Amino acid sequence: MKLSLHVWRQAGPNDTGRMEQITATDITEDMSFLEMLDKVNEDLINEGKEPIAFDHDCREGICGMCSLMINGVAHGPESGTTTCQLHMRSFRDGDAIYIEPWRSRAFPVIRDLMVDRGSFDRVMQAGGYISVNTGNAQDANSLPIKKADADAAFDAAACIGCGACVASCPNGSAMLFVAAKVSHLGHLPQGQPERSKRVQDMVAAMDAEGFGACSNHYECEAVCPKEIPADTIARMNRDLLKASLCD
Amino acid sequence: MAGEILRHWYHLPPFPGFPPDLSQYPDMQRIARTVQTSIGAKSLMAVTGIALLLFVLVHMLGNLQIFSEPEKINGYAHFLHSLGPGLWIARIGLLVIFVAHVWAAVRTSRASREARQVDYAYKKKDLATSYAARTMLMSGIIVALFLAYHLMHFTLGWVDFAGSHVGKLPLYTLQDGTEVPDVYTMVIQGFQHPLTAITYVIANLVLALHLSHGAASLFQTLGLRNRENAATFTKLGLAVGAIVAIGNCSMPLAILFGIVG
Repeated sequence: MKLSLHVWRQAGPNDTGRMEQITATDITEDMSFLEMLDKVNEDLINEGKEPIAFDHDCREGICGMCSLMINGVAHGPESGTTTCQLHMRSFRDGDAIYIEPWRSRAFPVIRDLMVDRGSFDRVMQAGGYISVNTGNAQDANSLPIKKADADAAFDAAACIGCGACVASCPNGSAMLFVAAKVSHLGHLPQGQPERSKRVQDMVAAMDAEGFGACSNHYECEAVCPKEIPADTIARMNRDLLKASLCD
Repeated sequence: MAGEILRHWYHLPPFPGFPPDLSQYPDMQRIARTVQTSIGAKSLMAVTGIALLLFVLVHMLGNLQIFSEPEKINGYAHFLHSLGPGLWIARIGLLVIFVAHVWAAVRTSRASREARQVDYAYKKKDLATSYAARTMLMSGIIVALFLAYHLMHFTLGWVDFAGSHVGKLPLYTLQDGTEVPDVYTMVIQGFQHPLTAITYVIANLVLALHLSHGAASLFQTLGLRNRENAATFTKLGLAVGAIVAIGNCSMPLAILFGIVG
């Protein structure tokens, strides 16, 4: 396969950046999207040019490190799929592919396609945990949890914090991410003691990071590689209103 | 902040009681703190939106009496005006709700614009959103402008394309002998002018678009939407939009084409 890539190139945080056309050659359809970029980078290095900087880590679709806006869709055209699990068989020979970094004020570009998602870490530090004295793991099934609650908690806990929701939201809102982190603990007994404080602190941190406000477009839900449902957001709204008005 | 600057410029004394001291009212403090969060502002928009939506529906039902004899709508208008202080309480209440709705919209859209300062070179594909959702700010501004025109047109009687009722509303004698302003004739004459009728039709289609997203969206914002009822709320939004579009456009269109009046 031969592809015409249009890639965002930016030397550093203060560079203005621009789209650059790069031709990718000898691409096979069983390569993952990131392997395709690896191949392009090898060629660039052999030509003595700067390789394209992009985020990646596990390449198994579970770490949340890879990103990329591919032809206007976060993580590319396959739904419920991270960029690392996207394969070149989803494209055809001769395709033009536009590759851009996540765009959000809260995700500043570090270089080329890499963005700083530290804002997510700071939102997590504001309350995305439970305070317990750790010791040995307790016996399995010593704390009975309803199947429906366990499933809902697990659905929310599947969030890998990749930021596709923010990148796709017309408002640059992080509501799906924050809602997933609030809900996965809020569904479980261990999350109850700090439930009210957690949602208030995490929403305050989210607002302080400069994420936009949700206006219910549901673009986040459509691109989430872990298919976290947008009703998680409704649940967070309810939690926040209850916590800040009643508790 | 703006108050401080104005006071400084014009050497005004501090306004007594403004901004209000809420330290004695913990519940008010809670509400004030809540609406300053992004979710709180959205919830304020949803709650005020419910009130405004209910007003639109009641207003529409009242107006649909134009399809009945003049006695009906003129008597209804007379009844509303006879409420005296009640009418003013309702008007001031609506104004406060409207201002709160606009404040929440400004806060929300400003935060969103600041959050997404750089656009994608390849236009981001819309996978789930709707035309109504994407144009909420613009449809809201158009509705607000239309509202100002509508009040100047029928409530205050300052402007009219035909100039028929400006400054001089004819009188109508109800069956009980009371002389009341002839709202029926005012509306009929107003909408017989194509420019007025078309303005109202377009504005109400925009309003219907705004409500079709708002009426569904408020359930998500207030935390009532879940996987089971999501489709129902989407349909409810579309139904509200359709009802408002059909109900409110039927009046100017029926009058313009001479079906009524």
